[in-house]
Amino acid sequence: MNGATSENFSANARAALADRQLQAALGNVRVRFVQRRARAVAGLPEFDALRDAARDIRAHTLSHLDLYLERFEAKVIENGGRVHWCETADEARATILAICREAGARTVTKGKTMIGEEIGINDHLAANGIEPIETDLGEYIVQLRGETPSHLIAPAIHVTKKQVAETFRRHHTTLDPARILEEPRTLLAEAREMLRARFLAADVGITGANFLVAETGQGVIVTNEGNGDLTQTLPKVQIALASIEKMVPTLEDASVLLRVLARSATGQEMSVYTSFTGGPRRAGDQDGPERYHVVILDGGRSRYLGTEFEPMLRCIRCAACLNHCPVYQAVGGHAYGWVYAGPIGSVLTPALLGIEHAAPLPQASSLCGRCESVCPVRIPIPALLRRWREVAHARRVDGVRTRWALALWAFAATRPRLYRRVAAGTARLLALLAGRNGRIRRLPLAGGWTGVRDLPAPAGTSFFAQWQRRR
Amino acid sequence: MTAALLVTCLVDLFRPQVGFAAIALLEKAGCSVVVPPDQTCCGQPAWNSGDRATAQALARRVIAAFEPYERVVVPSGSCAGMLHVHYPEVFEGDDTWHARAVALAAKTRELTQYLDELGASSSIGAEHDGAVAFHDSCSALREMNAVDAPRRLLRAVRGLDLRNLADPQACCGFGGTFCVKYPAISDDMVTRKAADIGATGARTLAACDLGCLLNIAGKLSRDGISVRCFHVAELLAGMENTPAIGEPPDSRRTAR
Repeated sequence: MNGATSENFSANARAALADRQLQAALGNVRVRFVQRRARAVAGLPEFDALRDAARDIRAHTLSHLDLYLERFEAKVIENGGRVHWCETADEARATILAICREAGARTVTKGKTMIGEEIGINDHLAANGIEPIETDLGEYIVQLRGETPSHLIAPAIHVTKKQVAETFRRHHTTLDPARILEEPRTLLAEAREMLRARFLAADVGITGANFLVAETGQGVIVTNEGNGDLTQTLPKVQIALASIEKMVPTLEDASVLLRVLARSATGQEMSVYTSFTGGPRRAGDQDGPERYHVVILDGGRSRYLGTEFEPMLRCIRCAACLNHCPVYQAVGGHAYGWVYAGPIGSVLTPALLGIEHAAPLPQASSLCGRCESVCPVRIPIPALLRRWREVAHARRVDGVRTRWALALWAFAATRPRLYRRVAAGTARLLALLAGRNGRIRRLPLAGGWTGVRDLPAPAGTSFFAQWQRRR
Repeated sequence: MTAALLVTCLVDLFRPQVGFAAIALLEKAGCSVVVPPDQTCCGQPAWNSGDRATAQALARRVIAAFEPYERVVVPSGSCAGMLHVHYPEVFEGDDTWHARAVALAAKTRELTQYLDELGASSSIGAEHDGAVAFHDSCSALREMNAVDAPRRLLRAVRGLDLRNLADPQACCGFGGTFCVKYPAISDDMVTRKAADIGATGARTLAACDLGCLLNIAGKLSRDGISVRCFHVAELLAGMENTPAIGEPPDSRRTAR
């Protein structure tokens, strides 16, 4: 689906680890994001209480989602806009294309939207003769490079500054080739310069939504560049593209979530721009679109409501779990093979694509639990990964070797007397293999261990063998 | 107080001395220690592999073997976490066993936690000359909240200069079967951990989990970095003159 390569996570990960540029770029995640969040959290004593409140708001909304979705739609209509319900990615693509065609659109500016990635809207528009232009700096870079975002909030985190400069030189051919492009500020200024005309010329603006507020029928987006505002106010038609679980009941609720979102994501108290849009331009408004559409995607989510997987839908896409995940830090986002990376991606991808298409992802975790410890809405990510492992085991997509090893071990472990003998024998054997070295450098069938590290050997006699002797 | 020791399969197989150190420390702290004979493994490998049926089969044995005692003590954060946090989850939907799992969870302690509860830091007689880096295992840290206890105990070792790692929240890359399923990623993680350990300047590393210790000691050994790795219990029981984890069996050292 959408060229997903989640099944090849293992190979993807090895390639990522061998990619020097990528490894250099990923250093930013480990240091910058983690430190900034820590500082922001330390500065707000009630942060954990806020997380509880945020979790409760999200959980409450999900358990009454039908109600809030209907209330939201009624409000949007009251404000003069339209809501389009789309069960599948296909429907969402077709809906957006129809809106663009009706507007006679030739170019479409886009703010950041992960749902746009999920439904592959850019390719679909381009294939139909409409040019999509990403306006978030990171998304713009990624688009020029013909890539996909590798992070929820920092889509070009996998690209180094030098690579950005190269990309700009290759694509911004109208500019002086001798110009100096070293500072991030210069790069940003150049992107702004190139995008200005596109903002003004766009017929339709598509943004995502961090939240949809049921009480007011408003979409909320947060950005740090202001590109979202230009995308949603300049074109004559605006589309907010979101998935069903983005709903929050009230503005008050949204404000609680915004407080944990920015701190968890970038360590800011608030994002630089927090924009609310609620419908087309009213008489007397200075600006705003003539038409306002909200396209709401289910995309397979509703089937998880009321199930043990429901907590994954609380996610507010702050990316804290990615930033703090040692696996994400090691391999970056593209290795995960689809739109959503990191710990939450390893929970969402099997849900939205099917476990058969994403079987390695829930296994690709040491279950260290750091993700859950930083999640602003307290999603029990390790427990959900384990649930997926259970599904994979039940459907026999967890690998023949794993199943055999597990079955053999279980056979012994449920028979204490046999287990004692196996353990004592293994201890002796390992000690023998290690000889005088105390460690084993290569062990057949244990290449996963000894390929990268020695195996410290036991002294030779198991605990229970000694214990029996002592008594 | 009677404490039942869950030896753990890694201690049984790789480092029996940790079990004996635990018994000695518990007895010194005033406990009578029982080692229930029928124990094998807590079932964590099955639970983390999505094999609930096997996890239940093993958990039932552990519950039956350990519930007669007042305390269950485990020289491992992750096995303790299995009993303390996960056993009730393992039996969701099975009221009888769930209740028994909850009861067992309530009396389960990670070793250093329990020693600390018993005020053992005042009676630690061990000595250590120099710096010791401490590695927090993820389960001890986040499932058992055994953060201060091992540190308090280690600080009670005379002459021991305790050093924290730069990023104590970071996983060492062990993760049970994770480390053999994704060796390249695990290697990246343990490489960083080894660098953090090196940066402390300590020549000895202590931790509460043998899984982490085997992983870290194996990496340090592969890279030729000489840091001696011990379970916390071994240092507390004054066993550091025996070969460290992964050291040759005849390298019995005297204090340097």
